[in-house]
Amino acid sequence: MSTAPSRVIETTIGLEIHVELATSSKMFCGCEVAFAGEPNTRTCPVCLGLPGSLPVVNERALEHTIRIARALNCDVASHSFFARKNYFYPDMPKNYQISQYERPLGAGGVLEITGDFPTRRVGITRVHLEEDTGGSLHVGGSGRIADSEYSLEDFNRAGTPLVEIVTEPDIKSADEARAFVTELRAIVEALGVSDVRMEEGSLRVDANISVRNAGETEHGAKVEVKNMNSIRSVGRALEYEEGRQRAALVSGDMPVQETRHFDEKAGTTSPMRTKEYAFDYRYFPDPDLVPFEPSDTWIASIERAMPELPVHKRSRLAEQYGLRPADIGILTTSTAIAEWFEEAASAYDGPAQKVANWIIADLFGLCNEAGIPLTECKIAPRQLAGLVRLVDSGSISGKQAKQVLGGMFATGDDAALIAEKEGLEQLSDAGELSSVVDEVIAENPDAADKVRAGQMNTVGFLVGRVMRKTKGQANPKLVTDLLTQKLAP
Amino acid sequence: MDIDSGTVDYVARLARLALSDEEREQMRAELSDILEHAGRIRALDLDGVEPTSHPVRLLNVARPDEVRPSLSQEEALACAPAAENGRFKVPRIIEEA
Repeated sequence: MSTAPSRVIETTIGLEIHVELATSSKMFCGCEVAFAGEPNTRTCPVCLGLPGSLPVVNERALEHTIRIARALNCDVASHSFFARKNYFYPDMPKNYQISQYERPLGAGGVLEITGDFPTRRVGITRVHLEEDTGGSLHVGGSGRIADSEYSLEDFNRAGTPLVEIVTEPDIKSADEARAFVTELRAIVEALGVSDVRMEEGSLRVDANISVRNAGETEHGAKVEVKNMNSIRSVGRALEYEEGRQRAALVSGDMPVQETRHFDEKAGTTSPMRTKEYAFDYRYFPDPDLVPFEPSDTWIASIERAMPELPVHKRSRLAEQYGLRPADIGILTTSTAIAEWFEEAASAYDGPAQKVANWIIADLFGLCNEAGIPLTECKIAPRQLAGLVRLVDSGSISGKQAKQVLGGMFATGDDAALIAEKEGLEQLSDAGELSSVVDEVIAENPDAADKVRAGQMNTVGFLVGRVMRKTKGQANPKLVTDLLTQKLAP
Repeated sequence: MDIDSGTVDYVARLARLALSDEEREQMRAELSDILEHAGRIRALDLDGVEPTSHPVRLLNVARPDEVRPSLSQEEALACAPAAENGRFKVPRIIEEA
């Protein structure tokens, strides 16, 4: 048995993303939207599905959904309505979920993603609005559904507005999928419509992935991958699944259509037990909720109030600050980071790239170690600008500045104060340094002669001696200048 | 348009209804009548006619995004057949056969 050694296999990925909207109240009732808290303390007859209760649409949730739809270049439906999706599950008190089916609020969009691959235009099939379910705790056994004894339901989350975004199967690799989710998260965050915290479930990603031999027109069997709780795990899960399916295709043991669960620890996917027959949700228009016909003026006013989107922010940062493209990508992963950078850059007169370097090379590291986001660190943006100015003025060396930054991070004090406290002032007084330089020349006559004879690489040796005498506090540039002056041939 | 008792059983299962033989036959007849009516509409030339999602001509009803008081945990659980630690207690969730 032989297989062609270099057959080309294509990967096809489509994503289904759920975004919990950060409204004050729920989708169809006035219960508060919040994370965690005492169970069943944010419910009412509407979100508990009690008889006789009637849902009323939250206007802000509609606005937020239109915002997302427009940011993803979707057309907003001129006529839209809610539908009931009927199925039974204990985390859903009504035994149907209010969702959208035939007429989603947004459709036909596109999002362009870039990275270490040719720029990819990913079609957005639909953007629709629905309600979230409650949360289940499975008790007994291992804590998973299969061998539990019973389940406990908390309906605090039930009825939270949820936007579902479905892409076309235009994504060709795990890398592209990761880039898509990163960009989508940045957009939704910039719009200010969600917390987009994957670890808290306010942004959830499911993927459909299949492989086929290049040239085939039919897609391979579609595998749905669930339980990817961070952008990193989206990449890991899909890389694993891509590899598994490719190996299966090559060995002739074709992948089958199924739902697989990503195991974060093992980094692998495994089949989930699911119903064998197709779901029959019996969608029908919800008779309790009237249709929507958003006016053009309303849509226009929503568009006017839209903040700068990441794609526009990136080109502006490139133009305004002349930053390296890779750094712009890093600084625009969240609005808060970009704002922090811009505040620091505006407090600094020199090239903004220097400020960016400090944030990316040093400050991010400190934040990661401490496990806090940049915006929660004790250093204010203008204080970072102060540190860079201190280095520029020659008061402290670049190396000392790293130590000062550590101090600023721990205390929130200004750079100058830390430098003074820790005795890190760089010796930049020419008169004071001059006598030290003279001493060093006297102590190292051979080296001094070499420099006088034009062997400039020996200057470094003498600079080192001066640094040692001053316990590293001398301004190395000034020392070099003094040495070359004094030892001029 | 007639539907068979197999279809009635399928719909009953989706709706979690246990029907007696009598009820099944009654449902079969009633559902057939409803479908027959739908069939009459289907027979008409409806090109370019939007399907009616809602019979009442009412549009754009919404409320401002304002928090209203919720039920207390006690009130929420008052109708629960069983509860534990402030949560609704439900039987083990099992896959359908």
